[in-house]
Amino acid sequence: MDLPSDRDPTASLRVVVDLNRCQGYAQCCYAAPGSFALRGHEILFYDPAPPAAHRGEIERAVQACPVRAISLQAVTADRVDTQ
Amino acid sequence: MTPPDQAGIVVVGASLAGLRGAEALRRHGYDGRLTIVGDEAYLPYDRPPLSKHVLAGELTADATTLPQSPSLRAEWRLGQAAVALDRAARNLHLADGAVLPYDKLLIATGAQARPWPAGSGGTLSGVFTLRGRDDAARLRVALERRPRRVLIVGGGLIGCEAASCCRDLGVPVTLVDPNATPLARSLGTLIGGVIVECLRAAGVDFRPGTQVLGLEGDAEGRVTRARLRDGSTIEADLVIAALGATRATAWLAGAGLLADSSGLTCDGACRALASDGSADSAVYAAGDVARWPIPLYGGRLVSVEHWGNAVEQAAHAARNMLAAAHDQRPYDHLPAFWSSQFGINIKAVGLSEGADSLAVVHGSRASRRFLAVYGRQGRSIAAVSFDQARWLPAYADAIAAGCPFPPILDATDQIRIETLAPGFPPPRRSDEAHHG
Repeated sequence: MDLPSDRDPTASLRVVVDLNRCQGYAQCCYAAPGSFALRGHEILFYDPAPPAAHRGEIERAVQACPVRAISLQAVTADRVDTQ
Repeated sequence: MTPPDQAGIVVVGASLAGLRGAEALRRHGYDGRLTIVGDEAYLPYDRPPLSKHVLAGELTADATTLPQSPSLRAEWRLGQAAVALDRAARNLHLADGAVLPYDKLLIATGAQARPWPAGSGGTLSGVFTLRGRDDAARLRVALERRPRRVLIVGGGLIGCEAASCCRDLGVPVTLVDPNATPLARSLGTLIGGVIVECLRAAGVDFRPGTQVLGLEGDAEGRVTRARLRDGSTIEADLVIAALGATRATAWLAGAGLLADSSGLTCDGACRALASDGSADSAVYAAGDVARWPIPLYGGRLVSVEHWGNAVEQAAHAARNMLAAAHDQRPYDHLPAFWSSQFGINIKAVGLSEGADSLAVVHGSRASRRFLAVYGRQGRSIAAVSFDQARWLPAYADAIAAGCPFPPILDATDQIRIETLAPGFPPPRRSDEAHHG
């Protein structure tokens, strides 16, 4: 996807993980350690409203997830993009 | 472009199900007017973090706002509850007096927390329920004031997660449940026993097999004490009533639909049923509020109060809303939920109700890391994992395929698979109170 606000570094972010799907492979924790963390054996904690500066690493986390459980949305004042 | 006089599709419930249903309508090509009505002033938000990270103070309640598809193009009517449905005129009435006409309606009003009864102390300050983001935000503020003891009434998922959070915060907790263990109705007392060990290890004062009869307050109307059926009292200045939920159907009272506090009955295609049993082809329902015949469990009427069902059922209803009358597909679903509490990730699939047997097929209860399968009359019907999520999809597939119990015999780490009694409490009598 290559929409204008995809490159807007100020767009605020929304993340949601389908935890039915998540199997604790923890690839997101390596790709985006600022936004995802594993607790205990397999509890995933994530920031659903991370800072815009984390966007690059969260996009890598979305791609790295083996079960495709992570969705990311970038919100600007007048438009919304998802991947 | 949408003609301005077009009624279009109205979604009642700015919830996970309402949002995902609206998005699915767009995904399936619906280009007309789309209105989403919500009784709360908030855009749709995610509930699972409320009883975990919001209570813990790790996330603020407003961080739970859900991502939305860019193609949604919805008109939002937030902070306005739907109060009546006129199916003959195809009008939805809102609390502010507005009347919204619709061509098709998706009902996704969800459920509300069952409150502590007003006559038994429910109006005292310091008594909370935990369902919406306002509930979670208020409860968080109360926990920051360091209560002397929190009393949690009800050992379901919310009660256990709240107990876990309070102990993480260092707050003393008493948990009262009428059954021998928490989660007894969803997982049985054999697996519930593992939760009892977690509660006790975390320092929770767990009181099984009893009920809270009433709450008492001081002269200022603040809760101070609970009286139990066994004659004991508990001094507590904060009470969380975790008594489950009733479906948000009161507004449908005059609509001529098969609706009560347990749900709105639908046919297999998610269409709401009228009092005479006929399907209304203009009214669909999805999520917690919908009660439908689930094919995987013999067409038994169920409502499934979990995240995955809200997402899948709403998308399915949306697809049928746009399809012709002869192309209404039945909704099948394997229910699933997750919970994290006491440092353990709990995941479950299937409906365990009526299970007559249970087998631990990976790990052990003693290690608190295992996967167990529930069987009924020789068939595998449900499975639960404690910190063993990676095995669960294989068992989910077996359950969905109706495999015998136990389903997988050659890929377990057990020397032999032992069949145990799951220990479900007897069904509730219809006249029995849900609380305490």
